[in-house]
Amino acid sequence: MTTTHSLAAEELVLGYGERAVIDDLDLVLPAGRMTAIVGANACGKSTLLRSMSRLLAPRAGRVLLDGRAVHRMPAKELARTLGVLPQSPLAPEGITVADLVGRGRHPHQRVFSRWSREDDVAVATALEATQTTDLAERPVDELSGGQRQRVWIAMALAQQTDLLLLDEPTTFLDVAHQVEVLDLLTDLNRTRGTTIVMVLHDLNLAARYADHLVALAAGRVHAAGDPAAVLTEENVRVVFGLESRVIVDPTSGRPLVLPLGRHNVAAPAAAPWAG
Amino acid sequence: MTALRPAPAPGTAGARRPGPVRLLWLLVVVGVLAALAAASIAVGSRGVGWSDVLAALGGSSDDLGQAAVTKRIPRTVLAVLVGAALGLSGAVMQGVTRNPLADPGVLGINSGASLAVVAGLAWFGLFSAASIIWTAIAGAAVSTVFVYAVGALGRGGPTPLKLALAGAATAAALTSFITAIALPRGDLSVSIQSWEVGGVGGATSATITPVLPFLAVGLVVSLLSARSLNSLALGDDLAAGLGERVALARGLAAAGSVLLCGAATAVAGPIGFVGLVVPHLCRLLVGVDHRWLLPFTALTGACLLVGADVLGRIVARPSEIDVGIVTALVGAPFFIALVRRQRMREL
Repeated sequence: MTTTHSLAAEELVLGYGERAVIDDLDLVLPAGRMTAIVGANACGKSTLLRSMSRLLAPRAGRVLLDGRAVHRMPAKELARTLGVLPQSPLAPEGITVADLVGRGRHPHQRVFSRWSREDDVAVATALEATQTTDLAERPVDELSGGQRQRVWIAMALAQQTDLLLLDEPTTFLDVAHQVEVLDLLTDLNRTRGTTIVMVLHDLNLAARYADHLVALAAGRVHAAGDPAAVLTEENVRVVFGLESRVIVDPTSGRPLVLPLGRHNVAAPAAAPWAG
Repeated sequence: MTALRPAPAPGTAGARRPGPVRLLWLLVVVGVLAALAAASIAVGSRGVGWSDVLAALGGSSDDLGQAAVTKRIPRTVLAVLVGAALGLSGAVMQGVTRNPLADPGVLGINSGASLAVVAGLAWFGLFSAASIIWTAIAGAAVSTVFVYAVGALGRGGPTPLKLALAGAATAAALTSFITAIALPRGDLSVSIQSWEVGGVGGATSATITPVLPFLAVGLVVSLLSARSLNSLALGDDLAAGLGERVALARGLAAAGSVLLCGAATAVAGPIGFVGLVVPHLCRLLVGVDHRWLLPFTALTGACLLVGADVLGRIVARPSEIDVGIVTALVGAPFFIALVRRQRMREL
């Protein structure tokens, strides 16, 4: 799994019903890196991710994996290269962790093939990588939110894809578990070379963990590149409509966005009672 | 994180659910089915000694007892087939729709098959077994498509609740159409009535043979969709991400299910509750992996229907209660108990 695959969008137009959510978008996702897609609510982040993982067919334009249109590739072949973890997958009631993770092997199996040694190894490795081996026989219903998210990631790992697309993998998690999940994804990226593409809500976590940031606004890519180049006060204003101060994060050297609301901000002229 | 090296010992993670437990249940269910089938052949409104049973199984029908046994063999076979078809059909339907309440009865599929057959009997003079089967399957398919289309209207697509509501409303409407057709036709009401209640009593090898190919195809298609159903259970997006062609997989599995319940309805009339209760019971026994669940629902469905048929013969001696009535009487409280025991939600 050392080969790198290129994933790109060309003149992509996406939408539901009448409304075009993504309009004429071009994007290249760097192979072997961690990319975070950020943007305001309803800017089309998830829509874009869904289309990049061929869950949503484009109205125009193409999504290309190694130069081939993903929406025309055989489904299982694509699923052996590109994995996707949607925002709210369903866990059947009573399913065990091992059973759920094992379902990630689907694209590697044929109708009549039996569960193989290879499948066993893939599942065991995925459980171990996500530190869920001890949970293997537990029902997924009984797990905490953080454990459950690790199990879903384990399922995606068992799929053994070189690319992994995740839609807000940290939603509903407390900050410690958010960091844990992002650390786990970084481990995968560094040790396996898995290309990670994720939609993230939290700008500062995105800046901390992503090598490559894509900021969407009004259905287009407003800025893309190194986090330090993308997360500027000007870009935050345009993309989120928010005044902010961007400083250097003393712990990582990466940009840190401090939102400036109307209250509790020590701006010189803004506080009439000051001085 | 020291992870990401290959696993030390494959299988330690238990990727396959504890096989022994499931195998044990498999033996139990097969044993119960064999016992019930034996009882079904031996027990009836006419008491028959074991010697007569054995003689009849050997092909002899010299006295009344042996003749009765000879008649009970096709009846038992039909109960096994119809029970298996309905149990499996319900499990597939629940998997396809991710709806714990899905069942050929609840979704209006049986009613569609019934209406088609009753209309055929009343207006088009259907007589041959094959034409009744085709009519029932066509009716089942049309009502499935209709219920799915109605349930898919509006926001959010075909949610479990909307499907169940559309199915219940359709079933109610179709049932009143059936009554409207059958009531004024005194000449037909007896044959329609006995067919409608649901029964395996009149089975002969001549009534069973024509339905066999349909059941066989339905069985194979349904069992082969086990892996797809496992993926669909994780949600459409994730299933697609796992390389499943969602619409195709769902359509194939639904077709298998419709074939099974359409054919079963054609030969035995609408029999309720088997498709609803059996999959839930089996999930408690063997879990949610469809590769185990589907064969189990077929076996357990067969047990339930054979058992219900035997029960119907015992309790009302020297008369009989139709198997459709027994499954309703046994199934309804059972289902209530299941709902109370298991919190019902999306599968």
